[in-house]
Amino acid sequence: MRSNKLGWMLLAPTLVILGLFGVVPFIYVLWVSFHQWNPFAANPEMIANGADNFRQLVFDTGFLSSLSVTLAFVFFAVTSELILGYALAQAFMKDFPGKAFFRTIHTLPLIMAPIIVGSIWKLMTTPSIGIIPDLLDSWFGYDLNIGQSAVAAFVTTVVMDIWHWTPLVTLSLIAALVALPADPFEQAQIDGASKRQIFWHITLPMIRPAIVATVFIRLMDALRVVDEVLMLTGGGPGSATRYIGVHIFREVFPRTNYGYGSAVSVVVLYITILVCWLLYVGLIAPRNNKA
Amino acid sequence: MKRQKPWLSVLFWTLISFVTLFPIYWLFVISVKPTVDLFSTPEVILKSFYWQNYVDVLTDSTLRRYMMNSLIISTGNAFLVTTLGFLACYALSRFDLPGKESIFFWTITNRMAPPAVFLLPLFLLLTQVYRIGDFSLADTRIGMILVYCTFNLPFAIWTLRPTIDGIPKELDEAAFIDGASPWKIITEVIFPLARPGLAVTLILTWVFAWNEYLLAATLTNFNARTLTTGLSEYVTTTGTAWGVMAAISVITLIPALIVFSMVQRHIVAGLTFGAVKG
Repeated sequence: MRSNKLGWMLLAPTLVILGLFGVVPFIYVLWVSFHQWNPFAANPEMIANGADNFRQLVFDTGFLSSLSVTLAFVFFAVTSELILGYALAQAFMKDFPGKAFFRTIHTLPLIMAPIIVGSIWKLMTTPSIGIIPDLLDSWFGYDLNIGQSAVAAFVTTVVMDIWHWTPLVTLSLIAALVALPADPFEQAQIDGASKRQIFWHITLPMIRPAIVATVFIRLMDALRVVDEVLMLTGGGPGSATRYIGVHIFREVFPRTNYGYGSAVSVVVLYITILVCWLLYVGLIAPRNNKA
Repeated sequence: MKRQKPWLSVLFWTLISFVTLFPIYWLFVISVKPTVDLFSTPEVILKSFYWQNYVDVLTDSTLRRYMMNSLIISTGNAFLVTTLGFLACYALSRFDLPGKESIFFWTITNRMAPPAVFLLPLFLLLTQVYRIGDFSLADTRIGMILVYCTFNLPFAIWTLRPTIDGIPKELDEAAFIDGASPWKIITEVIFPLARPGLAVTLILTWVFAWNEYLLAATLTNFNARTLTTGLSEYVTTTGTAWGVMAAISVITLIPALIVFSMVQRHIVAGLTFGAVKG
């Protein structure tokens, strides 16, 4: 009916901005990653050095340890959030007064800035200021010190992430559970199916799309966690919570070794894509083939 | 069919709500205590309010500038991405552009990438490449408004698309036959109908820009620093001023809470890109 010219004109500002600040940085970082470039080094010029940066990366223990703690963090956080979120969603399916009210409160953490969440948990867990070390000490005689114990710091970041993001899983799964038809469940009950059978053979397959979508979003967000960890532990003690984003922010970026830093960025981006692709192949693609 | 015990559910959810709310309450508790009271045994019940931390924050000229920057950057960015997203969605919805679904999907990949990856290239581009004469985008409000488009513009496009698609095409075709210009169709036919969706998008993108920390921390150093970076400055300087840090946190939190009360129902759908209806 109308010329496409107008359509492209309406789309143009979006394409230009996303191009300049999304695509160009991507190409630029790829290009720099094949160079040696440190403006504050003896030779500040940009020199092509092939894959040297990437070769160096493979033996960089700081980078590798950061990568492994990131994956551990993502695994523990997302798994706990999924199990907890499902349990809470099921608990929400019963009839009780004040549902809307409780739902509203449960949504609250989702809108909070990650850095504020970090600051809150710092105030909760710093010895002598926070209430958690105090309670743990008087109840169990356990001395929680996230500034000294690597395990305590790691667990605290996971707990913080659970507090922040479980509501997203819960609310997504509530939406999925509410939309389920009642018939299969009534039929199964008449046939005498156990609760566990109903869960594995009816509920789970039916809400699987919602679970996959939620895990996908949580996985991507957990992989790039930075702000709250930076605030809570600063990546420490040592490198216990120096997740990949924190590693780039604290170690790679300030070193002004731009060539090497770019190589790190490229590899992190590649790993993110790889993890998402594996999830896609493992969870989403088989479902589409079946349908 | 099932034995219902509503009071058990209420008890359970009260407990869960307590877990959700207590950390936020604790933030407030710390923010209204003088420093000397912090290092005794933690007390849950507040006996007195000490407002000096808030006075300190609100009278600090640096922090006031950070607040102003945060306000300008998030408002400017929210209006920019909502407008551009609206126009882009209209183009994607009403025109038969080749490859438009690929473009639609491509926009979201900009948001999926970890921002930490883009710190270095954006820093280099802003300081060295994107400049006209002496003017570079580094450490400027306009620079940050544009940089925040990388995560907010895809969000705006993905949340507005169903809204625009949901407006019947017959309406703009009728207006077209009546001789209305494309601009008139967009502003007088589509815009009024899309307004609720636009409002939600505007509000959520505003919060995302307001909450952003990582890019602001690396791409600004003085002029365009935001409130979230101010917060982290209070931690790294020798001897954290806990009360002041808590007060800044509360101040940063308040706009988000107001926004939360306005669009609470849309938050989950927003955060999952409509994959889940909230």
